[in-house]
Amino acid sequence: MNYIDPHIHMVSRTTDDYETLAKMGCVAVSEPAFWAGYDRGSVEGFRDYFEQLTAFEPKRAGWYGVQHFTWLCINAKEAENVALSREVIAMIPEFLDRPGVLGIGEIGLNKNTRNEATVFLEHVELALKTGEQLLIHTPHLEDKHQGTRMIIDMLAGDARVDRRRVLIDHVEEHTVRPVLEAGFWAGMTLYPVSKCTPARAVDIVEMYGPERLLVNSAGDWGPSKPTAVPDFILEMRRRGHDEALIRRVVYDNPLTFFRQSRGFRFTPR
Amino acid sequence: MSDIPPARPVAATFENEFLPVRAKLLEVAAALDRLDRGAGELDEAAAARRALLVDAVQLLAQSCDATHTDRAERLQLLFSRAYDADWRQAFEV
Repeated sequence: MNYIDPHIHMVSRTTDDYETLAKMGCVAVSEPAFWAGYDRGSVEGFRDYFEQLTAFEPKRAGWYGVQHFTWLCINAKEAENVALSREVIAMIPEFLDRPGVLGIGEIGLNKNTRNEATVFLEHVELALKTGEQLLIHTPHLEDKHQGTRMIIDMLAGDARVDRRRVLIDHVEEHTVRPVLEAGFWAGMTLYPVSKCTPARAVDIVEMYGPERLLVNSAGDWGPSKPTAVPDFILEMRRRGHDEALIRRVVYDNPLTFFRQSRGFRFTPR
Repeated sequence: MSDIPPARPVAATFENEFLPVRAKLLEVAAALDRLDRGAGELDEAAAARRALLVDAVQLLAQSCDATHTDRAERLQLLFSRAYDADWRQAFEV
């Protein structure tokens, strides 16, 4: 089955991974900007990173027939440096008109601090001024519930935010309901230990239905599996779900969400 | 939410899940035994987290009905920091 991985950090993966993804049916990926494993020291470091995301990664993906899209921001882990964050936010518009840029992301919270909230709101302001969609990271483990509620508070407190153009990612059993009920898109990340397993993600589809639900691998430089979405597809099939339902979650839904971005040009295989 | 797929027959689900659940419960039991065999004492913060594991096991044993299955959600909340609805005033953002 053709599928789209709406959240995967391919700069951390090998070219062999692109080949494997293509063999597994992946036709497109979207890659949010994220933390490199260390705090970058200057705005020029981010400019180089955005160049890689918008120029080289689409080329590398294209070698295997995979279409590459991206999102730009400074990650929440680096938001404690508010001065640098503001420099990066001011620089992002240089890249927003490049092909394949879908919006601002993955912004969000990490430890739910005041500085993180400040930088989050300034990213949202940029997205509203430039008409961009938003892709939002929610915190890990014990911080996820609090952080997700804080993110919903901030977005719901701004009447200019079109919730149909916002994806709140890494939802789990205790956060998916408030995200969907508030009218946002919800992403389920399949990780080997933290976040969702394929079985629990299928449980969530069974309990809430497929509307505004996405599933992704968030494959990166840490423990993660870039082919996790096919694991989800297999678990759906193992439970006897219709191919149309599976396709809706792993292909139709990402397309529906991405088509709202002015930088989205997709050629079906 | 719309388009919720129909529930699968419980008998088939049980046959699929029995052995994996049995295996996972054994892993939990063995891990708790491992903790109890450990030398020395946990500090206060770690002991509080250890108590959460016991609370979680008790939560698993609580009954649910077919229309209200939320053990996973409640387990997640058990391991979560509390949400303060007045956080914006505290942060002044």
